[in-house]
Amino acid sequence: MNIKLISIAISLLLFLSEVLTAQQTPAPKQQEAITIIGAIAHLGNGKIIKNSILIFENGKLTTVAADGVQSKGKVINAEGKHVYPGFIIPNSTLGLGEISAVRATMDQDEIGEMIPHIRSLIAYNAESKIVESLRPNGVLLAQATPRGGTISGTSSVVQLDAWNWEDAAVKVDDGIHLNWPNSFKQGRWWLGEPRGFSPNKDYTKQVNKIKNFIQEAKAYGSDTKNNRHLPFEATQELFSGKQKLYIHANAAREITDAISSMKEIGVKHIVLVGAYQADKTIAILKKYNVPVLIQRTHSLPFSNDDDYDLPYRLPKILTDNGILVGLENSGDMERMNSRNLPFYAGQVVGQGLDKEKALQLITSNTAKILGIDDNYGTLEVGKSATLFISEGDALDMRTNKLTHAFIDGRAISLETHQTKLYKRYMDKYSDD
Amino acid sequence: MRILFLCTLFSFINISAQEYFPKNDGVKSKNTNYTAFTNAKIYITPTQIIEKGTMLIKEGKVINAGIGLSIPKNATIIDLDGKSIYPSFIDVYSNFGIVIPKSKGVRFRQKPQYDSKRKGYYWNEHIRPETNAIDKFKYDDKKAIELRKAGFGIVNTHLQDGIIRGAGLLVTLKADGTNADRLLDDTSAQYLSFTKSKVSNQGYPTSLMGAMALLRQVYYDSDWYAKGNVSTKDLSLEALNSNKNLAQIFYANDKMNALRADKIGDLFNIQYTIVGKGNEYQLINEIKNTNATFILPVNFPKAYDVENPFQADYVNLSAMRYWNQAPSNPGVLAKNGVSFSFTTHHLKSLNDFNKNLQKAIEYGLDKTKALEALTTVPAHILRKSNQIGSLKKGMLANFLITSGDIFDKKTTLYENWVQGSKNIINDMNIKDIRGDYTLSLAGNNYNLTINGKPAKLNMKVKKDTVKINSKIHYSDDWLSIILTEDDKPKRLNAKVSSDSDNLNGKAILSNGNTVNWTATKKIADKKDDKKTDKDNKDTLTILPITFPNVGYGFKEKPKQETILFKNATVWTNEKDGILKNTDVLVKNGKIVKVGTNLSDKKAKIVDATGKHLTSGIIDEHSHIAAASINEAGHNSSAEVTIEDNIDSEDINIYRNLAGGVTTSQILHGSANPIGGRSAIIKLKWGEIGDNMIYSNSPKFIKFALGENVKQSNWGSAQTIRFPQTRMGVEQVYMDYFQRAKEYDVLKKSGKPYRKDIEMEVLAEILNKERFISCHSYVQSEINMLMKVAEKFDFNINTFTHILEGYKVADKMKAHGVGGSTFSDWWAYKYEVNDAIPYNAAIMHSVGVVTAINSDSREMSRRLNQEAAKSVKYGNVSEEDAWKFVTLNPAKLLHIDDRVGSIKVGKDADLVLWSDHPLSVYAKAEKTMIEGKVYFDIEKDKLQREVIKKERNQLINMMLNAKSKGAPTQAPKKHVKKELHCDSVDY
Repeated sequence: MNIKLISIAISLLLFLSEVLTAQQTPAPKQQEAITIIGAIAHLGNGKIIKNSILIFENGKLTTVAADGVQSKGKVINAEGKHVYPGFIIPNSTLGLGEISAVRATMDQDEIGEMIPHIRSLIAYNAESKIVESLRPNGVLLAQATPRGGTISGTSSVVQLDAWNWEDAAVKVDDGIHLNWPNSFKQGRWWLGEPRGFSPNKDYTKQVNKIKNFIQEAKAYGSDTKNNRHLPFEATQELFSGKQKLYIHANAAREITDAISSMKEIGVKHIVLVGAYQADKTIAILKKYNVPVLIQRTHSLPFSNDDDYDLPYRLPKILTDNGILVGLENSGDMERMNSRNLPFYAGQVVGQGLDKEKALQLITSNTAKILGIDDNYGTLEVGKSATLFISEGDALDMRTNKLTHAFIDGRAISLETHQTKLYKRYMDKYSDD
Repeated sequence: MRILFLCTLFSFINISAQEYFPKNDGVKSKNTNYTAFTNAKIYITPTQIIEKGTMLIKEGKVINAGIGLSIPKNATIIDLDGKSIYPSFIDVYSNFGIVIPKSKGVRFRQKPQYDSKRKGYYWNEHIRPETNAIDKFKYDDKKAIELRKAGFGIVNTHLQDGIIRGAGLLVTLKADGTNADRLLDDTSAQYLSFTKSKVSNQGYPTSLMGAMALLRQVYYDSDWYAKGNVSTKDLSLEALNSNKNLAQIFYANDKMNALRADKIGDLFNIQYTIVGKGNEYQLINEIKNTNATFILPVNFPKAYDVENPFQADYVNLSAMRYWNQAPSNPGVLAKNGVSFSFTTHHLKSLNDFNKNLQKAIEYGLDKTKALEALTTVPAHILRKSNQIGSLKKGMLANFLITSGDIFDKKTTLYENWVQGSKNIINDMNIKDIRGDYTLSLAGNNYNLTINGKPAKLNMKVKKDTVKINSKIHYSDDWLSIILTEDDKPKRLNAKVSSDSDNLNGKAILSNGNTVNWTATKKIADKKDDKKTDKDNKDTLTILPITFPNVGYGFKEKPKQETILFKNATVWTNEKDGILKNTDVLVKNGKIVKVGTNLSDKKAKIVDATGKHLTSGIIDEHSHIAAASINEAGHNSSAEVTIEDNIDSEDINIYRNLAGGVTTSQILHGSANPIGGRSAIIKLKWGEIGDNMIYSNSPKFIKFALGENVKQSNWGSAQTIRFPQTRMGVEQVYMDYFQRAKEYDVLKKSGKPYRKDIEMEVLAEILNKERFISCHSYVQSEINMLMKVAEKFDFNINTFTHILEGYKVADKMKAHGVGGSTFSDWWAYKYEVNDAIPYNAAIMHSVGVVTAINSDSREMSRRLNQEAAKSVKYGNVSEEDAWKFVTLNPAKLLHIDDRVGSIKVGKDADLVLWSDHPLSVYAKAEKTMIEGKVYFDIEKDKLQREVIKKERNQLINMMLNAKSKGAPTQAPKKHVKKELHCDSVDY
């Protein structure tokens, strides 16, 4: 394609979005009703409506139906295009860090071992350049999650088009994050130890420390008037069930130890995060009804002898076994890679999972896991109009091309720092 | 002079050497008697054996050995009827008596050391040929006793520290003597390794390939120095030159390192003797082709304790296999004609030495070869065959007296004579009382079994079927036994007589009465013994090796096939574009026909209906399959090359094949402005590194700009290496290219010049024989490097990463440089703040040859998807996007005449995809290189089953070994560090 053609296409695209919203300034509240007609609607609950009509007013979906319903307000013709519920990236440091190598921009890891009282929400940077870069790929919601220590702190769920963190909050303090120790420990090579893994002699001690903390926290109970203990106090909703405990663990033994011991103490809702060997712990996951957030599918197998495609396939294995599964993306360059969330789901389709089921891994399943499914995760009447239109299949990088996106009915900008630079330099070369 | 003097002195090693010493403590009393050993089976050499022979020794040397020798009158005669004499063992790789220095370590925030602190020596502190082990040597009595017990009479020891380690010394283990007697040679050999000195913190080399480059440069420099071209003093080079004629022993400690060391030796006509690790059997043909003599450890790995299934998961198949196969290493080498000696090095306990030798024999090592490995071969390595290693006339009287075959489990080592001086290990005159007896004592009969080692007997006593508590002690012909029945001890003792097999003596009962007792020896049932031996052999299973010898290795290497792909959607990358319903015929490793309705009688037909056939993916920027990536010790490291350290066993090779990758440029990292040379490889899983590298490979080198080379993110201590700013980076290039220019002029003038590998490489760039692939991010530095190149009249070939390439795409186009970028990476450091996923699309649209690369062993297996992102970000056509990971990188690597498209005559490096190759849903089903299928999704499924089965088999074997009492080790998972641009190893 020659430069001119491309730049015309870009201008057109930018023009279109400019019609809807001015720029990356957060979009105002939905004023008039919007109707999307003709699209293939992927509802996020496993179903599709081929020639659909979607109407939303005041931020809520009022109609999700097949053709034949009267349109209302502003009409968007999306014939041949696809509509999806906004994708959700859980367990993310989005907004908590900007440039990995620049320490001053990093706010995701506080010091201390047991610090559930540390809250991510108040550090969430709604104006992060990374946050806006997720939207053109369909990722519209995130769980801002602290890292580090044994209990890292408390996460919150946010939407990705906001003036500030209060504006962004969708669910405040939704869960506490616990990094379960490893029974195998990697050598501290910087101290001259071999790089490989060997049994962690302190495993039991470390586990007991966690159990002790949670037990003490439970015992602390409602006596909060005198001698307040902020960390203990911060955990109280784990026992009432209002908050969830996200246990980050990968190996079968650790998963088993963590779930059984936390259940025994009385933690109501547990979510397993990471879960590399979860296929070996299906029984306990089912017994306690524990959902799983699986580490990005674009990962290498942990062991040399593992199937090369095991990380691609794991979500399918668990789904086939009746486990509620969502996809997460922690690890190297996690923030900037979050925009690839749709493709992590697409990768599982290559392993034989039904496309609509794969979609659930980043929509309805995640919404259920995070506890926001009353409002988000599917295209259903009464739920938030948090959705987008893509020219093609949004789970495939080949065809994921957004024309419109809405959060709570607000038509958000799909422009970013990056699209601006694109435009600026395409203009430069076409002028030359 | 000093060395020469010592040699002369110690060449008369016997006592007479001290004849000229004053004597103030008595009269002269030199013993010149003979000792004669008669009726023995004598191993004069491992292959020259005499039965019932006599050996005469005198003054520490063998006078003669043979049959019917006349024995002089002044001879002590020792009758060794039924016993054997062997030359005692020599350990040619030892640190006996020399302490290995400990590293001082690096303190937190300690400034790095770039330059040497020594004066008058070589510029690199890890080059220490001036070391003389004799200066550090202190005879270690305790260790000597252990070594003699294991059968050794001589060790060759040295200071095990540094890359060139200087001269070692050869000493005997004579107990009653001084170093004047023991020292055979104080410059017995010179030692080398790839490991840095622990006493120095000098950074260079930080990598294996750096150590290799350094060694080569030292050899060039020593030659230059020897020719008198250096005006200053360099004691290291002087020592290296004077050690040149010694045996050169290289501590490789790995099969691949052995090949690497040998390659260096070949360049300088040096045949190293190579110290192995024990895994040489895995590359037996290549090891054989080195023509080197090896020194092998006998520290076979312990079984992993796999009782806990969670923990067993962590042990890789290759590690389990190694446990199973390693004892066969000596046998495999011997069968392939590789000459080797054994060393006790790496053995935790010398007690295991004989046990492990027996194991090696059980696993197929010929006993004669085993004996040679301990006697004649080490003597040969040290060029001392006329002095040690056999019992020929005039040799040192270093020998062992045994009860029989020295490698038999049941054999007892009686005496270890060193330089004619006797050391008793097990008293041979003491009667062997091991066996089964019937004991009669105070009207009762007991069954008595005495077994164990002569020095440490065990005893079992039973009355009928009841076990009786007992203790035994036997020394100096006196036997004492305590039996305790019902808390009542009975004390038995007896003087053992040599003329009867029965035992008898007195016993003191618990009531104080003394009675007589007798124990009558039962006749041993010899058949049983043989049977158990046979049983053991039957259960010995040695698993076959694969290529490479890890999980997913091939049982047999893939063969070139004639294959006809029928009815595929063919992405030609040529004028024809994407052809539907098309056939492609592959023969002799090449694409021979592209068309419709093709047929070939001999071809294997692959039905590709509904599938897509493309040329293999080419990754311009990869760091898989390398043992090290960054030589960070200097700001320029053009002297190193990744080709030196390809790791052909990296599982990521296989995983990349599973993602459709057939060619990768393995680039040096970005630790310095001038990095190292690349290796362009085809992912021929199962071959060694040298066979993966392209034939007539285009020459490339990695350069780097920005934060990495100015060490921005290396911590606050790393602020002393030039450059620390982008301004300085330019001057590094100006300086090096200017020097290279001057070097090249001098070289071409025919005048003498110091050969400098680094300058040779840089001159290749100036002469347009080598191409630069430069790690780059921001527009200023990109522009700068193009200008530097233009000043020196050459072009930059490729900017890699090039995340702000879109800002200077017009300048790049004008310069003629290509761009190889990430699809969508950004935000990981400050200089990628303006990185945009539209970069590839913009550069492409301006006319820059654009590629998308990985720099990640994970992403490289999905480069098809990364290419697809250019369709999303910037609307590049699918055909062009596909070229970003195939034809365009081929062009950038100057291999597009061979690969990168589906064209008749090109290499058959092809991938068959299940779906549209740019789709996230597509899977590589077959990946072929030169007509050989290296990945096949169906065979992969079978492999998984094979791995599962073999793991299970090995786990069972280890559990059995543990239950039989074999020592175990805790499960371990070996991890290969992920290497990328920023990786600094060592």
